[in-house]
Amino acid sequence: MIYGKTGFAVAAALAFAITGGVAQAAKTDIVVGLQLEPPHLDPTGAAAGAIDQVVYSNVFEGLTRFASDGSIVPGLAKSWEISDDGLTYIFQLNEGVTFHDGSAMDAEDVKFSLDRARAEDSTNAQKPLFADIASVEVMDPMSVKVTLSKQNGSFLFNMAWGDAVIVAPESIADIKTKPVGTGPFVLSNWVQGDRIELARNPDYWGEAVSLEKATFKFIPDPTAAFAAVMAEDVNAFMAFPAPENLPQFDADPRFKVLVGSTEGETILAINNKMPPFDNVKVREAIAHAIDRQAIIDGAMFGYGTPIGTHFAPHNPAYLDLTANSAYDPEKSKALLAEAGFADGITTTLKLPPPSYARRGGEIIASQLKAVGITVEISNLEWAQWLEQVFRGKDFGLSIVSHTEPMDIGIYGREDYYFQYGKPEFQALMADLDASTDPAERTSILQAAQTMISEDYVNAYLFQLANTGVANMKIEGLWANAPTQAIDLTGVSWTD
Amino acid sequence: MLRYTLKRLLSLSVSLLVASIVIFVTIEVVPGDPAFYMLGFNAQPDTIAALREELGLNVSAFQRYVNWVSGMLTGDFGTSYTYRTPVADMIGDRMWISLPLALYALLLSTLIAFPAGILAASKRGSVADTLVMGTTQLGVAIPNFWFAMLMVLVFAINLRWFSAGGFPGWDGGFWLAVKALTLPAISLALPQASILARVMRSALLDTLGEDFVRSARAKGLTRRQALWRHALRNAMIPVLTIIGLQFSFLLAGAIIIENVFFLPGLGRLVFQSISQRDLIVVESVVMLLVFAVVIVNFSVDLAYALVDPRLRRRS
Repeated sequence: MIYGKTGFAVAAALAFAITGGVAQAAKTDIVVGLQLEPPHLDPTGAAAGAIDQVVYSNVFEGLTRFASDGSIVPGLAKSWEISDDGLTYIFQLNEGVTFHDGSAMDAEDVKFSLDRARAEDSTNAQKPLFADIASVEVMDPMSVKVTLSKQNGSFLFNMAWGDAVIVAPESIADIKTKPVGTGPFVLSNWVQGDRIELARNPDYWGEAVSLEKATFKFIPDPTAAFAAVMAEDVNAFMAFPAPENLPQFDADPRFKVLVGSTEGETILAINNKMPPFDNVKVREAIAHAIDRQAIIDGAMFGYGTPIGTHFAPHNPAYLDLTANSAYDPEKSKALLAEAGFADGITTTLKLPPPSYARRGGEIIASQLKAVGITVEISNLEWAQWLEQVFRGKDFGLSIVSHTEPMDIGIYGREDYYFQYGKPEFQALMADLDASTDPAERTSILQAAQTMISEDYVNAYLFQLANTGVANMKIEGLWANAPTQAIDLTGVSWTD
Repeated sequence: MLRYTLKRLLSLSVSLLVASIVIFVTIEVVPGDPAFYMLGFNAQPDTIAALREELGLNVSAFQRYVNWVSGMLTGDFGTSYTYRTPVADMIGDRMWISLPLALYALLLSTLIAFPAGILAASKRGSVADTLVMGTTQLGVAIPNFWFAMLMVLVFAINLRWFSAGGFPGWDGGFWLAVKALTLPAISLALPQASILARVMRSALLDTLGEDFVRSARAKGLTRRQALWRHALRNAMIPVLTIIGLQFSFLLAGAIIIENVFFLPGLGRLVFQSISQRDLIVVESVVMLLVFAVVIVNFSVDLAYALVDPRLRRRS
């Protein structure tokens, strides 16, 4: 064996000597592994996070965009003015921006994109983002006026979503398979089921990217993903599906592990309208029965941040309310007895496929059992989960990660699957929309966080961590995931 | 012969018709709305309705069945709900991986099984026989996905001779593609070869005990000559039957191996389409596999009749 290895090393050294270090130094291509393949490449026509992972900022751009820390920075719009009443936004577009087909990007394209997203027959998965737009007018080729029907303090944030990217009317018909955007990369090849290849856009309007070629390789099976990283078939694997393997990568000098935050609040969702969960004491009992750290350690191998409300901890407006639902099984039993369920409760726990739900579900079931709540676990596919839990509201408990950024507003929707929709909460959301003052918005958001935490709407578990693994020599990959993007614009190889 | 063929053709058409109804009904009753699946949590009801309209899901199930079947008769398998590309193209692409992989595995399995089976039968009771029987016992018992992972560990992660998986495509070079299919083909071939070798051995031993072999031996042929000239040919019938069965299994049943090696083959297409509720893809691929099996059976029936005149007369 030792001889074999030496022979190999010699051969490798020879090969290196022949090809030279030049090829190494000039490495400008990257292979990124991802678990899920996008169904198509139109970010404005489906909810699949995999679409944004590939195209966000790489192929398509919007008026504004997310930076890696989640803040909003200018995108295709270089600046904007907001009227004093907060109803009119005038965007100044960057000059010299062209689509990948060579046509110029101008105000007409912006109008087309926004009107298309909010149209009656729109199939935009995030149509509510555009609901407050009353009209979009072209002022001149480089400026657009957007008028809102009511104030919306999140409007610039909404325009940064992948669902709000700017597309062109000329190329819209084939956008699903031939995406034509304004970004620094163009689609060069898509072998369905295997990989998507992007090539550098030589005519990019902004700062040139250092990568010449980027390949996204789709590997759904966690064991296969591990093998692909170890064999260096991929240079990086983002949102790595098996957290149990990360310590091994971390110990390997070839790799570095990236740990960051996501917008995924992972909750034990409770059906608030279904007895006995319509009783707040029962919900509070559930909250106190849960040991978050045990779930994070057991299901996520330590990756994740405990949360006490439905809000991302990295957001400046976040309040740490975990104390409201501290682990206290005795208190939990007392609350159940107080609510008239001293003999215990039996309910359902419906779990979607991700490992946080399946593994977390087993742990939660045993924690609930300890206080007298018996759950019947059923494992569902996503399509079944959407049908039964999300649409049918046929569940007692469920575990799911809400990955949309800034989605506390869902608590105002009465028909949303956990069925909270308290009028006081809706009033807070209306105030939030009406406010553009940052300090005021923060205090409203904090009041909202406190309200749902104290009402024990759901049991708040943890913020999903963004875990990835990459070659030591790769710089510039986003550790955080403010949206489900693998932004390659700042990625390069060192040496 | 003509009558026989027509009868077989009629039964083939009836099988296909029944299969199409069964497939359509089973898949349609599965809960889950493809449009809702695609649009996710924040979708408004009117958006879902608009997408259902766009996908042609708002017409009656009967109408969809008729459209599907009449489309297939003209070679149009419809358009995938999720990918929005023609299903026929998708199947075509995947076929270029699944079919060569199945053939490669079959070739390997035959190359291993024939010599092993013949050796074991000709030297019955010897050390070689025991060795072949023992190894094949192990080969049947080891799950192929486990063996596949073991090979990845050894040849991809430790030795770095192969990629851990994936497929570069045939346009990237013939040998590169063959190399990418090698580990998957070996993992698929191992259990198949074990079964085939055991069948080969027992079929040979059976024929070696037949009267015609005894006559051949009586005429002065050595055991070895009798085996090669007479027994082997007759032992081929059960062996070929097994090979036929294995081929259709390899074509449709490579799904786990395709997952281990992340190969974009037919099995993974079906798997993915089921979870995405891309019903039209599932229906069409399953129908195609049924068609392949029915056609293989039909050809086998015809071949039997050609070989064995009694079958023709009886019908």
